[in-house]
Amino acid sequence: MPGHPPSRFLRAAAPALALPLLLLTACASAGGAGAGDAGPPRPGGTLRLGISSNPDCLDPQQVSTNAALNVGRQLVDSLTDQDPKTGAITPWLADKWTVNADSTSFTFHLKPGATFSDGTPVDASAVKTSFDGIKALGAKALLGASYLATYQSSTVVDPATVRIDFSAPSAQFLQASSTMSLGVLAPATYKKTAEQRCQGEGLVGSGPFVFTSFKPNQEVVLSKRTGYHWGSPLWSHQGEAYLDKVDYKIVPEPGVRTGSLASGQLDAITDVQPVDEPQFSAGGGFTEPVRPNPGIVFNLHANVTRGVLADTKVRQAVSKGINRPEVTNTVLTKNYKPATSILGSATPLYTDLSKDLAYDQAGAEALLQADGWVPGPDGIRTKNGQRLSAAVIFSAVFNQNQSVLELIQQQLRKIGFDLQIQLHTNAEATQLQQSGNYDFLWYNVTRADPDILRQQFSTKTSNRSKLPAGNPLDTVLDQQSATVDAAARKPAAEQAQRLIVEQAYAIPVFELTQVLALGPNASGVGFEASSRLQLFDAWVSAS
Amino acid sequence: MRVHPVVRRLLQAVVVLWAAFTLSFVILYLLPGDAVLTKLGNAEGGITATPQQIAAARAQYGLDEPILVQYGKRLLDALHGDFGTSVSTGDDATHMVLTALPPTFAVTGLALVLAVVLGGGVAILGTYTRVRAVSQFLLSLPPLGTSLPTFWVGLLLIQLFSFRLRLFPALGANGFASLVLPAVTLALPTGAIIAQVLAKSLRTQLAEPYIEITRAKGASRRRVHFGHALRNAGLPALTLVGVVAGNLLAGSVVTETVFSRDGIGRVTTSAVTAQDIPVVQAVIVLSALFFVLLNLAVDLLYPLLDPRVAVVRERVTADG
Repeated sequence: MPGHPPSRFLRAAAPALALPLLLLTACASAGGAGAGDAGPPRPGGTLRLGISSNPDCLDPQQVSTNAALNVGRQLVDSLTDQDPKTGAITPWLADKWTVNADSTSFTFHLKPGATFSDGTPVDASAVKTSFDGIKALGAKALLGASYLATYQSSTVVDPATVRIDFSAPSAQFLQASSTMSLGVLAPATYKKTAEQRCQGEGLVGSGPFVFTSFKPNQEVVLSKRTGYHWGSPLWSHQGEAYLDKVDYKIVPEPGVRTGSLASGQLDAITDVQPVDEPQFSAGGGFTEPVRPNPGIVFNLHANVTRGVLADTKVRQAVSKGINRPEVTNTVLTKNYKPATSILGSATPLYTDLSKDLAYDQAGAEALLQADGWVPGPDGIRTKNGQRLSAAVIFSAVFNQNQSVLELIQQQLRKIGFDLQIQLHTNAEATQLQQSGNYDFLWYNVTRADPDILRQQFSTKTSNRSKLPAGNPLDTVLDQQSATVDAAARKPAAEQAQRLIVEQAYAIPVFELTQVLALGPNASGVGFEASSRLQLFDAWVSAS
Repeated sequence: MRVHPVVRRLLQAVVVLWAAFTLSFVILYLLPGDAVLTKLGNAEGGITATPQQIAAARAQYGLDEPILVQYGKRLLDALHGDFGTSVSTGDDATHMVLTALPPTFAVTGLALVLAVVLGGGVAILGTYTRVRAVSQFLLSLPPLGTSLPTFWVGLLLIQLFSFRLRLFPALGANGFASLVLPAVTLALPTGAIIAQVLAKSLRTQLAEPYIEITRAKGASRRRVHFGHALRNAGLPALTLVGVVAGNLLAGSVVTETVFSRDGIGRVTTSAVTAQDIPVVQAVIVLSALFFVLLNLAVDLLYPLLDPRVAVVRERVTADG
């Protein structure tokens, strides 16, 4: 008889069985010099970086997964950069820009001297070719297409000046111009098909690293661009990158990633799982850079046309009934922050609404009681024969989703609310979300601009709450998209966050956080404003 | 109507390939969602594609045509060896499969050699030894070997031989050293199957009358065991080739993930998850082709090894 396949349980339990060994390994590994006393940065060497999934496609303009964006960021420069500390848009390929009054026309003045790795100059016509190229990709450039939704055209004013026009106010475009999704590729790149570019064929950028090789499911190798000297002024040093090579190793198994770092087979890893964090936060020469993602936090996005969620008081009670610190403390780690608004704290124009998001079980129960919901025999409340119950649709894009939702389910049970948890594949979840056939959606979106709220809440875009057109939220969302002036934009962005949280159109829970671990020999692996990797200042000490 | 047996086998093979192609298409088509939805739903944290964008993307990939038209086009292209372009990677599906085959064959090939040595050794020693305790111990290993989860064995081997003893790399594919751990992981369950079948048929052979006669004629114990019984017992084990190859391929999904290697297992799992029809079909049809050829080779070889079997007879299978 052939052997039967291992049971599901055993496969699920395998990491747990292996864990005690992993911990032993980590303790046994000799710690070198800590990153803190590594001395001045040293040029040269290779960074072996363990990432959790195959990038599938390498063209930064086409990709939308973290793995691929973390590779693509190193290959291209953008018109602007964004300061991770302040959210301000700062020079990069363009040293100056002007925006017209209603944010429909953006004129960029390019810095002299930047060239693509095939030697051609980064001039206005190259920028135009690149932006037209992104638009031509259509839905293949999911992120780019959403940033350029109302893109009309690019105009070469002179070799160093390019004007980009939109058919509707697009304040968010200024921040979008700092992302790798709108990074500039050389004109020659567009002679290749979108599919060839995905595989790295003819993929030519002006970034601090150039594409060298891609073995799917195994590794991506990038090499230093010699002669690079037009980096963003935000970076710690100017000139060329320190590293000769970046070797992204694709290691899907979290236990193998951590063990490989602990045993010196890798220099740095991404996506450290909560259970593995203590291994590297305890010192031993290891460091753990973390940064919360800007954008929409993980939340229960309510469809206000469905069942009990049509009642504002029910939604507000659910928000009060969720103990956010308990979620981050039990299922996650201290690196993950409880949500304090619908936007993450790292998002420009974020407003602290933590008072509205405090845990208040008594308040939730009182709200429901006054609204006529009384506890039934099983503890779940009912009103006129209707059970206080709603389902949440989620997919496993983030490993801890299921555990987080199970805990929220227990918390809500205490106030007499029955949350049903429904795991779906990505495709199914997308389909349900498109059809509007859901009570709650569970998701997060990374974007370092408050306009992401318009993308998800406005009745003119995806309208995930299924609100009626012309509601007050629409008005403020449109206001914030009409000006790039932060001072003018702030009140509208703040009002939008307040409306969403107070009306509980979506119920924020926690901020997704990027957790890296660096070995004793790696330093300077940083995050840009959208919490993607920036490796320009990264270096390895001689080992 | 008399058809030459070899021609009949070839016709059967064609039917098998067509069935594999069609079934994989139907199953993927029936699953909720499609490759475009998965790709757009995969975006970092639920960026939403508009319904217009989704429709446009479907048109780009020809997923908006009626199912029969899609099927017909795909079948015609497949006859020319063209399975289309992967939706998730943009690479040619056939190219992806052909690139992934060598690393998988390297691991499975080494695993097969180890499995034959291990499994054969256990079965032969277990039936040859006169010490009951040794025999019982050895023959209790195969059931154990088939029941250990491959995943767990792999992680354990990495722990011990890579993280602790630093003898072999834990990840990637760089030369022979990186083949050892995944091959051993894969060889254990496969070796166990070989051992079980071989031990069983060795015992059956040793109880046959001809063995008594050989012994009576004065042949040594070793000669009886290796010269006669093993030769006859080895043949049914040969028909296991298909089962073993299937087992190795299935196991490579797990070993490739645990050992961070590229290969057919990884390509298949991500293609199925992404509902990437071109890649799934390329994998299934090319694997079916491989199995058809393998079985055909076994069938054609068998009569040469065992004159009692004629080509026209149905294949003998081991009663393992």
